[in-house]
Amino acid sequence: MRAVGSKLRKRGWWQPALTFSFFILELAFLSGCRGAQSALDPAGPQAARIGRLWWLMFYVCSAVFLAVSIALLIAIFRERKGREKKKGDEPDTSPEPKRERLMTRIVAGAVGLTVVILFVFLITDFFTGRALYSHADPQALTIKITGQQWWWDVEYETEPASSIVHTANEIHIPTGQLVKFRLTSTDVIHSFWVPNLNGKKDLIPGHEITLTFQADRAGEYRGQCAEFCGYQHAHMAFTVVAEAPEKFYEWMNRQRAPSVEPTNDAERRGQQVFLSSPCIMCHSIRGTIAGGRIAPDLTHLASRKSIAAGTLPNTRGHLAGWITNSQEIKPGNHMPPVPLGPEDLQALLAYLESLK
Amino acid sequence: MKPEEQSAGVIEEEETAEAPEAEREVREGDLPEDEERRLLDKTWGDKPGFRGWLASTNHKSIGKRFIITAFIFFLLGGILAVLMRIQLARPENTFLGPDLYNQIFTMHGTTMMFLFAVPVMEAFAIYLVPLMVGTRNIAFPRMVAFSYWIYLAGGVMLFVFFILNTGPDVGWFNYVPLSGPEFSPGKRINVWTQLVNFTEVSALGVAVAIITTIFKQRAPGLSLHRLPVFVWAMLVMSFMVVFAMPAVTMSSVLLTLDRLVGTHFFNPAEGGDPLLWQHLFWFFGHPEVYIILIPALGYIASIIQTFSRRKVFGYTALVLSMLSIGFISFGLWVHHMFTTGLPQLGSSFFSAASMMIAIPSGTQIFCWIATLWSGRPLFRSPLLFAIGFFFTFIMGGLSGVMVASASADLQLHDTFFVVAHFHYVLIGGAVFPLFAAFHYWFPKFTGRMLNEGLGKLTFWLMFTGFNLTFFPMHQLGLEGMPRRVYTYLPEMGWGNLNLLATTGGVVLTLGVLTFIVNALSSRRRGARAGDNPWGADTLDWGTTSPPPSYNFLRLPVVQGREALWARTEDAPFVEGLRSDCREVLITKTLDAEPDNKMVLPSPSLWPLVMALAVTATLIGVIFTPWALPAGMIPAAIALIGWGWPKRRDERCERKRVEEMSSEERRKEAARAQ
Repeated sequence: MRAVGSKLRKRGWWQPALTFSFFILELAFLSGCRGAQSALDPAGPQAARIGRLWWLMFYVCSAVFLAVSIALLIAIFRERKGREKKKGDEPDTSPEPKRERLMTRIVAGAVGLTVVILFVFLITDFFTGRALYSHADPQALTIKITGQQWWWDVEYETEPASSIVHTANEIHIPTGQLVKFRLTSTDVIHSFWVPNLNGKKDLIPGHEITLTFQADRAGEYRGQCAEFCGYQHAHMAFTVVAEAPEKFYEWMNRQRAPSVEPTNDAERRGQQVFLSSPCIMCHSIRGTIAGGRIAPDLTHLASRKSIAAGTLPNTRGHLAGWITNSQEIKPGNHMPPVPLGPEDLQALLAYLESLK
Repeated sequence: MKPEEQSAGVIEEEETAEAPEAEREVREGDLPEDEERRLLDKTWGDKPGFRGWLASTNHKSIGKRFIITAFIFFLLGGILAVLMRIQLARPENTFLGPDLYNQIFTMHGTTMMFLFAVPVMEAFAIYLVPLMVGTRNIAFPRMVAFSYWIYLAGGVMLFVFFILNTGPDVGWFNYVPLSGPEFSPGKRINVWTQLVNFTEVSALGVAVAIITTIFKQRAPGLSLHRLPVFVWAMLVMSFMVVFAMPAVTMSSVLLTLDRLVGTHFFNPAEGGDPLLWQHLFWFFGHPEVYIILIPALGYIASIIQTFSRRKVFGYTALVLSMLSIGFISFGLWVHHMFTTGLPQLGSSFFSAASMMIAIPSGTQIFCWIATLWSGRPLFRSPLLFAIGFFFTFIMGGLSGVMVASASADLQLHDTFFVVAHFHYVLIGGAVFPLFAAFHYWFPKFTGRMLNEGLGKLTFWLMFTGFNLTFFPMHQLGLEGMPRRVYTYLPEMGWGNLNLLATTGGVVLTLGVLTFIVNALSSRRRGARAGDNPWGADTLDWGTTSPPPSYNFLRLPVVQGREALWARTEDAPFVEGLRSDCREVLITKTLDAEPDNKMVLPSPSLWPLVMALAVTATLIGVIFTPWALPAGMIPAAIALIGWGWPKRRDERCERKRVEEMSSEERRKEAARAQ
C-alpha cells in the first residue's frame, strides 16, 4: 500500500491544467446565442427580464463553479511533503484539532455564502415573476390559442363576436403593446413557447392559462410546442409576426373578411373539388359551406408563410405534396391522404393559392 | 458499557443453557477454525447446483445478481441512447421514425430510472450493508430474493413488449391525457404502468429489508453515531423509497383503472384532472432523483475517506445534510410544473424549496473538499471517478439552481437545457459515483483487482465523452430546442451542436466498453486483492475478498466510528451465536446493545414461485382486470408455501426460544437476589 501510494503521487503538471482548461473552454461555449427561436435574444420586456435573471445566475454560478473547482484542484494537488514522509499511508484518525476548527469555520462560511447567493437568486426570481405575471390592461388584445395534435388554432377575441379573426399557426401581433394569450387544449397537453418573447406556458385540457408578452422589435419569431404531445411533437411550430400597429390592423381587417371568390375557371373548379372532397369534413373556409373546426382554418391560407404547423414553406409544390400524402411529410398526423387526379389537384392548388 | 461487556451479556447465559438436545450444539469458538468455517459455510451457503442457485437467499448472491442485471439494463438503456443520438446527429434524419423514436426515448428513460438507477443503488446496499453493519445476512432474505425475481421479470417483460413493437411511447413521465385511453389506444401504456408496479414492489421489498437490517442487525458497538456515512445514505434512501414509491404506484393504478375499467380520474370531460397525474407522479418523481443521488453520496463518502487517508471531515454535517436532503426532496415536486399556470406565490414557495436543497448538497461538497485538503489523496481510479463526480455534479447543481427559479424555468423547462442539467446530475451525480464504487468494491466482490491503467482510461473516456455529449445541450436548450423531438429543421441551426453531442456519445460509449473489458479480464486474471487492498475502514473490508457465505468467521464488535482503523489488537468479537443455525444477533436500534437472537429463514424456491405468480398476474392485468382476482389464487398458494416452516428452521427457533427464556429466568433470579 505504501509503495503504491508514493508512486501514484507523481503526476504531470499538465493533468490539472488539462482539466481546468477544459472547463474554461466549456464556459466559452455559451456566448453569442442569436436566432429566431432563442431565449438569449429577447425582443420584448418579458423575455428581457428573464434574460437578465438568466445572465445574473449564469455569471454568479460560473464564479461559484470556478471557485469550487479551484479549491478542489488545490485540495487534490497541493504538496505535503514533510507530513507525508512522516505518516506514510497510515490513516489519520485524529486530525489536528486546530486545523479542523479552522476548516469548520471555512466550511461554515462557504455554506453561509451559499445561503446568501441563493437568497439573492430567490428575490430576483420573485421580482422577475411579478413582472411576468403583471396583468394586461382589460383592453389588451386577447388571443385564444387552442393546442391540437399537432397544430395551433388561433382566435383573436375582438368585439363584436362576428368580427373574430380565426386562423392557425401564424400569430400576428402589434409591436409595443402587451398582448394577452388565453391558452387551452382540446386533446392532450401542449406548451406554447416563443423564446424570444417570453417563457412557456402549458395548454392543458380543462384548464385555461394566461400568458402575456409584448414585442418591442418588429420581426418574425418562431415558437414551438414544448410539451411532448405525441408522434408529431417535433413538427408543431408556429410563427409570431410582430409588426407596426398600422400594418397589424391592416392584416387583421384582411383576415376578418370572408374568403375571396374564385375569379377564373381553374379556381372555380378548385373550389368545387374542395367542397366535394373530404376536405370539408375538417377544414373551414369562411364564405363557403366548408365549416369543419377540427383542422386549421383555410380562409386565408395563401396569406400564411408556412404549412403543416411551421414544417414547410407555403409553396405550391409543398402544398401539392402535403395534400397528396401528408403522411410522408409528417407521419402520424391526422390528415388522411386525399387522392385526386392531376387536373383536380392543380385546380385545388390554384384555388388554395388564391385564398389571400 | 464497553462493547466487550455487551457481547459477553449474550454469551454467558448460553453457557448455562439447559440440557442440550440430541444434536451436538456448536457455537462460535467451540471448534478449530477450519472445521468451524466448514460448518458455517454449510449453514449459510447456497445449496449446490442450479436449484440451489435459484433458491439462494444469501444477500451477496442476490446483490451480485442485482448489480449485474441492473448493469445489463444500463447497457440496454445506453444502446437506446446511442440510437437517439444517431437520429439527432443531423437535421431531418430518417434513421428512426417518430413512432420508434418515441418508444426509444420512453424506453431509455424508463429503463434508466426504474430498471437501472434505483435497483443498482439498492443492489449495492443489499451486498454491502450487511457486511458494513457486521451481520451474517440481510433481514427478510426471502423477500429480498423475491424482490430480485420480480424486478428481473418486470425488466424482461418491458423489453419483450418493446421488441414486439408494444413499447411505451409517451415518455417515462407518462403524462395524461396523452397516455389515457383516448389518445393512446392499444397496450403500450398498460405495459408501462405494469412495469412501474413490478419495480415498485421490488424496490419497497428491498427498502424494508435494508431499514430493518440497519436498525436491528448492527454489530455491538455500532451505535447510530458510529454508523458509516455509506450506511446512513442507504438508510435515508430506503426511507425515501418507502415514502415516495406509493405515490407512483397509486398513479399507475389510477391510470390502469382509467384504461381498463373505464373510470375517469384523469379525464377533464368527466370531472377528472390531468394535473392530478402530474402531482402524483412528481411527488414520487422528484424524491426519485434523490433516491438515486443519496446512495451515490454514500459511495463518495466511503471513497473520499479511504483515499484521502483520513477520517471524513464533518461526519455530523454530512449525515444531517443527507437527512435534510431526504426531507426537503419531498417538498419540491412542483418545480416540474412551473409552466402549468400555478399562482406565483405557490411557484415561489417551490422555487425556494428547490434552491434550499443546494444548501445541504453544498455542505457535503465543502466537507469533502476539506477532507481532501487536509488528507493525503491517493490517486487510484475510484478517487478519479469521485473527482469527476465533483466537477459534473457541481455543474449540474448550479444549472439546477437555474431551473429551480420559477421565472427562468419558464424558458428552460422541457428544453435541451434541462436534458443537459439532469444528465449532469444523474450521470455526474450517480453514474460516476457508481463507477467509482465499481472500481472500489470490485476487489471485494471478486477477490481480484481491476486493471488500474484501464480504469484510468475508462475515466478519461467517460469524462470527456460525457462533457462533449451533454455540455452543448445547455446551449441547444437556450437556442430553443425542445426535448423529445425526433427531428428538427435544418434552418434551426442546431445541427452542429447535435453532431458534437453525438460524437461525445461515441466517446462515452468507448469508456463504458473499456470498463466492460477491464471487468471481464480482471475477474479472472486480475491481481489478488487480499482482504483490504485500499486500507479502508469499514467492516466490509474486515473479511476475506470475496466474503464467505457467512460474511465473518468472528462477528466483529465495533470500537469506533472508523471501525477497522479503530480496531485494537485484542478486539473483542461476538460469541454465542450457533454455527449450525442461521442465527443473527439482534441489537438495539440506537446504541446497538445486544438484545436478542433471530433465526433467519433457510433458502427456498418459494420466493421464485411467488414472483412467477405475481408476474403472471401483473402481465395479465395488461389485458384484463380479471387477471387480478384470478392471480390471487396462485399467489396465495405461493404465500402459504413461503410461510410453511422448515424442520431445520423450526428446530433452530425452538432452541433459540429455550436459550432466551432460560436467560430470562437467569436474569430474574439475579434480580431477585
